[in-house]
Amino acid sequence: MPTPLASQQPPTSVPSSPRGILGYARFLLLGVYFGFVLIKAQAVSWVKMQEMFRFESFYYFGMFATALATAWIGVWLIKRFQIRSISGETIRMVTRPFERANIYGGLIFGLGWGMAGICPGPIYASIGAGISVMILTLASAVLGTYVYGVLKPRLPH
Amino acid sequence: MESLINALREPWPWYLTGPLVGLMIPLLLITCNRQFGISSSLRHVCAALLPTKAAYFHYEWKKDVWNLVIALGVMIGGFIAAHYFMPAEPVQVNPATAAHLRSLNIRDLTHLQPADLYSWHALMTVRGIIIILGGGFLVGFGTRYGNGCTSGHGLMGLSLESKASLAAVIAFYAGGIFAANVLLPFILRM
Repeated sequence: MPTPLASQQPPTSVPSSPRGILGYARFLLLGVYFGFVLIKAQAVSWVKMQEMFRFESFYYFGMFATALATAWIGVWLIKRFQIRSISGETIRMVTRPFERANIYGGLIFGLGWGMAGICPGPIYASIGAGISVMILTLASAVLGTYVYGVLKPRLPH
Repeated sequence: MESLINALREPWPWYLTGPLVGLMIPLLLITCNRQFGISSSLRHVCAALLPTKAAYFHYEWKKDVWNLVIALGVMIGGFIAAHYFMPAEPVQVNPATAAHLRSLNIRDLTHLQPADLYSWHALMTVRGIIIILGGGFLVGFGTRYGNGCTSGHGLMGLSLESKASLAAVIAFYAGGIFAANVLLPFILRM
């Protein structure tokens, strides 16, 4: 008897959850890779961030432009050739529609980014690199997220 | 082997680090079928650890544990790079920036982070508290309000040509440029 169509995986189905330690090992390795590169890119450095925001260095602008170009080409290739994940699933990519919160939240994030010279990925990388006080920056960021979650119903979106 | 490690230890140019950072997006899609983003980990930490009635934290966070596993990996990668693959003076800074920062009493310019700001000692100063705690708070609040950070919007969202991400990234830079050029000269004098 042929398999009914309904039981097949639709193209937008939710990707399967990782199973067991090996399932999560891929995520861990990719995180290690990303953290390593962030440190080598000095992307955790407050001083380098000031240099960028004062337009006194090309480093980060060049880095961000080539990072984005690489990511964009990767996404384009996946779409163009309908590349599947290594476990054979259709790769799912979704975007959310624009809302004003992207601007309001983005501005607030930007203020913090300019002041603290750091964004979430580099916060984790800095802690690993031994900047122990950055644990407090992470805790403050968690608190900020918590306050946002509580206030969310009353904020414009 | 020795020379390879020495080469890895040198500072890397932007045209090497940029593509390596960007490669994270297709690597995660192909090996794990997940869209990259770091800052949602902050939400998962709240949902997992903090008791709250707020609807924002009531979802199946266990399905997103992978995001926390990536964050853990980033810490390990940061440890490896900083301890084994860094030159003695990891940060090279433009003399103009250096002069400006020195005039604001930031003297430690060559370490991964300036001890004038990112040290336990700096918590004794008003400017240290504003930057370490205040900056972190704004980052955490803003990234969830705007629904993404430099990874999720800046790399993943822009690769998908998302309008929401474009708006967010423009806002990131507007806020960052304002904070660094207008607010910081006041904050750093405190």
